[in-house]
Amino acid sequence: MSVPHDTLAVRRPGFLRRLSPADWLWAVLVVVSGGVTLALFGDRMNIYQILTLVVHVGVAVWLGWYWRAFRPFALSVALMSLLGVLAYGDNLAHAESNFFLKYLVSGQSAVMWMCALLFMSTAAYMAHMFRRGEGGEGLAASLAVGAGTAVVGAGLLWVGSAGIVPGMQWVAPLFLIIATGALAGPLVRSDFTARVGGALAWTAAAFGLAGLFVRWRETYLHDPTWGYIPVSNLWEVFVLFCIITVLMYLYYEGRTRNRGMGAFVLLLVSAAVAFLLYYTLDQQAHQVQPLVPALQSWWMKVHVPANFIGYGGFAIAAMLGIAYILRDWGERRRPGGLLARRLPGGQVLDDTMYRAVAVGFAFFTIATVLGAMWAAEAWGGYWSWDPKEVWALIVWLNYAAWLHMRFTKGWRGTRMAWWSVIGLFLTTFAFVGVNMFLGGLHSYGEL
Amino acid sequence: MSRMSSDVPAPPRPSRWSVLIGFFGSMHLAIALLLTLALAAALGTVLPQNQPSQTYLMQFGPFWHEVFDAMGLYAVYTAGWFLLILAFLVVSTTVCVYRSTPMMWRDMRGFRLDIREKSLERFAHCESRPQHPEAPDTVMQRAQTVLRHRGYRLRRHQDGDGREVLSAMRGSGNRLGYFFTHVAIVVICIGGLIDGRVPLMAAQLLGGLEPETRQIPASEVPPESRVEPSNPSFRGSVEIPEGRSADVVFLDLDDGYVVQELPFAIEVKDFRVQRHETGQERSFESDVVIHDEDLDTPMERTVSVNHPLVHRGYAIYQSSYRDAGSLLMLDMHLLGRSAEKPRHVPVRVHGRYEQSLSDGSVYTLEFLNFRETNLSRERDEEGGERVHDMGPSMEYALHDPEGETRYFHQLMEPVERDGRRYLISGVRAGTGEPFRYLYIPADPDGEGIDRFMALVARLHDRQVVESVVDDLAGEAAAQFGGGDGRVPREVVRDTMIRLVELFAAGGYDAVIGEIRQRVPEPQWERLTDVFGRVLNETLRALYLRVLEAEGIGQMRGDDAAWLDDALTALDALPRYGSPLFVRLRDYQLHQAAGLMVTKAPGQKVVYFGSLMLIIGVFLMLYVSHRRCWLVLHPRGDGGSRLLFAGTANRNMLEFDHEFAALSRDLLQEASAGGENGAGSRQV
Repeated sequence: MSVPHDTLAVRRPGFLRRLSPADWLWAVLVVVSGGVTLALFGDRMNIYQILTLVVHVGVAVWLGWYWRAFRPFALSVALMSLLGVLAYGDNLAHAESNFFLKYLVSGQSAVMWMCALLFMSTAAYMAHMFRRGEGGEGLAASLAVGAGTAVVGAGLLWVGSAGIVPGMQWVAPLFLIIATGALAGPLVRSDFTARVGGALAWTAAAFGLAGLFVRWRETYLHDPTWGYIPVSNLWEVFVLFCIITVLMYLYYEGRTRNRGMGAFVLLLVSAAVAFLLYYTLDQQAHQVQPLVPALQSWWMKVHVPANFIGYGGFAIAAMLGIAYILRDWGERRRPGGLLARRLPGGQVLDDTMYRAVAVGFAFFTIATVLGAMWAAEAWGGYWSWDPKEVWALIVWLNYAAWLHMRFTKGWRGTRMAWWSVIGLFLTTFAFVGVNMFLGGLHSYGEL
Repeated sequence: MSRMSSDVPAPPRPSRWSVLIGFFGSMHLAIALLLTLALAAALGTVLPQNQPSQTYLMQFGPFWHEVFDAMGLYAVYTAGWFLLILAFLVVSTTVCVYRSTPMMWRDMRGFRLDIREKSLERFAHCESRPQHPEAPDTVMQRAQTVLRHRGYRLRRHQDGDGREVLSAMRGSGNRLGYFFTHVAIVVICIGGLIDGRVPLMAAQLLGGLEPETRQIPASEVPPESRVEPSNPSFRGSVEIPEGRSADVVFLDLDDGYVVQELPFAIEVKDFRVQRHETGQERSFESDVVIHDEDLDTPMERTVSVNHPLVHRGYAIYQSSYRDAGSLLMLDMHLLGRSAEKPRHVPVRVHGRYEQSLSDGSVYTLEFLNFRETNLSRERDEEGGERVHDMGPSMEYALHDPEGETRYFHQLMEPVERDGRRYLISGVRAGTGEPFRYLYIPADPDGEGIDRFMALVARLHDRQVVESVVDDLAGEAAAQFGGGDGRVPREVVRDTMIRLVELFAAGGYDAVIGEIRQRVPEPQWERLTDVFGRVLNETLRALYLRVLEAEGIGQMRGDDAAWLDDALTALDALPRYGSPLFVRLRDYQLHQAAGLMVTKAPGQKVVYFGSLMLIIGVFLMLYVSHRRCWLVLHPRGDGGSRLLFAGTANRNMLEFDHEFAALSRDLLQEASAGGENGAGSRQV
């Protein structure tokens, strides 16, 4: 029997044939910029650095193909970073005199922009959650939440700045953001505010990442012997945390086409921003200082970012867990109520929570292994039962157990949501708590 | 750690073996172990580990100290119960792998061509067409093309009764992921065990290895506390002074140590702390030479943090440094009549020096430490931090004849405060207290303290004091008596001398104390005022003598300011609590490099396990094991009865789409068929 004529039609085109001209343009752009870099600096690079560049080009091409929204983001980051680096030239003092640097893209300014934009983005996503429903439905709830959080926020601001409970003024923005969202939300009925929130979040992430890239250059401008990748102290990794968590969230938002998760995830990111602002404005922790010898290692460049993909995933999972718990509670209390209808669907939340934990776990595993390899080089042993190591192990074991329960016992829903939330506490302790309370070999970036 | 799918027939009669296997392989045990391990590990971070037992005793008291010690809470990670949990985890994982692997293997390899249609109908993704117009062969051909292009592997089977089955699968690596991750845990634990303290513990139990607790040279440590070079794994440290070498390292064991012999010697030629311009450490480096019979010539290398040297499987790390007896050039000022003529004394850090005073008492100085760099963080005008190097410093203890000890911290260079320069010296009575600092104003050149010491010498010189008092007594008598000269000049003179003596011995406080002791309360205020003025006049006159000796005729503004600082310092000097003042003038650095030497043959095993773990995790989380079956029966009308079903174990959302697309391509029904887009049937 001959092959039917329609067989060709059912053949799925190969991967490369499925790419659009825009995809190819992207690839060409990335490869060309890689080539230009090599042409400009190749003679100063060793074989490992050239290899690293090649790997980066490959990853960037793949990422742009896999996730199209990444492309405009990457382009903006590249342009802003270039602007910053070129505006500096060889003179750090340009940070004060150059307009672009002073107000836009110096490491410090860009990060401050990121902070402001993230607050705004959170408020916008909040507004989306409190949007006007049919026939003014939800208005009373919005006003109640808005008024309540506004009062609490103002109270905290006063208590903090009057010195009654010092530091509370840095917590206040979180409540004021919710208040803004809740009070402004009912003005809009469509998902316009959420789209604004998304755009703001993208812009914030671009500013943040460009800020870190420019800061990277700044570390060399301070003193060529200082130069280090700016993921080396608590201030810098908080910026990294904001960027990575926001990007991961935006990926899930695009994939699930669900903008309802933004209010939750961005609220946690805003908490990190609040800390960052306190750390910058109150503690002056943003200043570039040379690294201690133990941190001067290329392992830093892979260990820390991998870790923060892990932390980001776990953070997102926990916030979605909270959303899930709220929705579940709302459904049981009043099936047709606001909570049950405004929050994202249980299926989406559960699935995205799993994805976040999965990617977090995978990268946390990599980060821990890389950390062990670095430790073997810096401290003379791949495992020393140092508090940070132990807590990384605890976090890892916790999520390993989480995944086991999901895979083998089929656990889903509220139970797993609660577990994710608990997981975030462990993760937070491993991230900052260990440095604050336990010390050990990882004790840089004290408060 | 447990079965990954549920359709395995239960064993007919549980034997003892299978009960045991069942217990160890149970998911509940595995999860319990994971969480117990996490808790136990957390315990070890809350309680500081491996501190001296005195510290714990102070913290918990004798009873709880005993209990905690017995529970092994001071060394959780080497405690028997902790290792037992780890061992349980390894056994549990091993059993799980042992039990599940055959099944996984079947799942990966087996195409299950004998699957029943009834089972397929229960799948979440299932398309059933009792009356398909096309012939079975046509569908079969197309199905193979479609599935193959989606990356599926295929098996085809034809039954005798014309039933045809096509089984397809992809992503069986997911099952491999299970195998990899779980075996990796076992491999990593085994690697860790190899590098653990097992050989040492075994030697202690079986070979009579005894920890040494005395502080004696390595060469004098008896054989029962020595470990042969053949020890497969250890992690020890040794401090080697510059210019010296060592062929042993020390391993901590219980409350003491044992000596690990190396098959080569490590010589430290030089140790350096490289610094940034701000003074912060940039790198710690040791130039080492390896003397090994296996080498034709000694091997010279530089070891620094993050850049260890690996020789014959032994890794040598830069881990610390300390002063190994730097030479310190001191000026020893006796705070008395001879203060301005210091003795020049060379001493060594960690050395002692005895100084006898004019009254015959002997003070012992013990030189504790020397630091070449002292960084201080200062807030600059913009509120930012500025790091600034205050220069070298030393620490010493002063033991007085009564057995009291005071601790001193001495900077070599004067520091600047509000535009003036001071030599500062910290003192404290115990090592736990903060230092209190004495500020001695520096000479006009900003460096020396000769002027201050000259003033101290005159203050304690009875002859000079008397001569100064003689000059001033007339004027002072007028002040004492309120102008009518009723107080005899002799009394005034004696009082003035007494005031100076009191001040020299106890500062202004001693003067005030004397007044309060001698006269009734109503006169305190007036006398304090008068005596204060007279005393300051006298001190000022003493100071003029000092200036005179320097060739300065009259006080200028700077000199007056200097006097204010000097009086503050003189007032504080009795509380300084030392009859001598030691100034550091110069030094020759002599340091010891703290090296860590490790041998970790398990490292490669652990890395291999880690690689397996990472690959396994990605396979497990991101590769979905998808399988599809197509069952075809011929029908009398030339068409077919068909069943197309599929299943996946990850990423169901994506499989929903894929299955829909597969059924559409495979069935090629007219778009009017309506059912195509829906794809799956929920059961």
